[in-house]
Amino acid sequence: MTDALDWLRTSPLLGLFLTLLGYRLGQELQKRVPAAWKAVAQPVVVALVVIGLALWALDLSYEQYLVGGSIIGFFLGPATVALAVPLHRQAHHLGRMFVPMVVALPVGAVVSITTGVLAVRLLGGDHVLELTMAPKAATTPVSLAVSGAIGGLPALTAVLAIVTGIVGAVAGPAVLDLVRVRDRRARGLAIGASSHGIGTSRALREHPTEGAFSGLAMGLTALLVSLLTPVVLLLL
Amino acid sequence: MINGLLWLLGFQLAGEVVVRSLDLTVPGPVMGMVLLFVVLQLRRPPASANLFRAADGLLKHLQLLFIPAGVGVVTLLHVVGEQPVPIVGALLVSWLAGIVTVGWLTTLLLGRSSGSSGASVGGAR
Repeated sequence: MTDALDWLRTSPLLGLFLTLLGYRLGQELQKRVPAAWKAVAQPVVVALVVIGLALWALDLSYEQYLVGGSIIGFFLGPATVALAVPLHRQAHHLGRMFVPMVVALPVGAVVSITTGVLAVRLLGGDHVLELTMAPKAATTPVSLAVSGAIGGLPALTAVLAIVTGIVGAVAGPAVLDLVRVRDRRARGLAIGASSHGIGTSRALREHPTEGAFSGLAMGLTALLVSLLTPVVLLLL
Repeated sequence: MINGLLWLLGFQLAGEVVVRSLDLTVPGPVMGMVLLFVVLQLRRPPASANLFRAADGLLKHLQLLFIPAGVGVVTLLHVVGEQPVPIVGALLVSWLAGIVTVGWLTTLLLGRSSGSSGASVGGAR
């Protein structure tokens, strides 16, 4: 048994299997929970709990898990490229959306960065945490790079970005219902701008238009956050 | 499926090369998305193209692909424990400010007339 476990620790098999298993369990659970819980029971949330418990029970490190897990993670790259497809299908909306996008997305990025920094300051966090929080609305690879460049902690920024995305997937549509944003294009932009890829995964399942604009907002916000964060920080 | 994947990987590759040679801060896959969008708009392939099948297949399971990075978060949660109130509080406040700002501003700029396009959420929700 210990021999088998030692072998599994170095094999990609276990990480791959756990990732797919956690995801499938998450999907099945989401189907079975009462309607009010469906938003919270996002497959990614359930999978993180399942895999976290499995790693703890089997005494596996994150690096050992990643031997297999990174095979799945790799496909995030081509999947991001694939977001061009829903956007292509919604391209007829683009002309009408040009002005709203050119105004709302930069304003949204500045608001995200500013409120992040000021809220940390107000709640008693230190200066490094302010810098770490600033770029968290951007997709993980970008927020991580920006954080490193401005003197934040990239590893913690990655955590914040992913948690932000999960919050967006869980609560984004409900918040937009609450503040009466009903237009699918506006909802998509808002989710992608605030909750990047993980939020986009939820938006894609809500409606194709919502998903397409969420993917677009995610891409543009990545660009805006990398350009605007150093500028906004100078003013704060 | 293989052809479709080949297209996606090819555009990711092109994106990574462009970003690196121009020294941009945009991630390679995002640049690949822009390039693929431009090509799709110019060439307008039929709806049955392999690329669409591969793209739809991947996007259907987008959440799956975030799990490995998310597991890293679980192993780093102790860092959050050092300054829990500013971290959790600022994250939620800033996320809420961002999503509401973009949602409201876009709605405002689109004008009220666009609500009837069929692409909006019905009252049933």
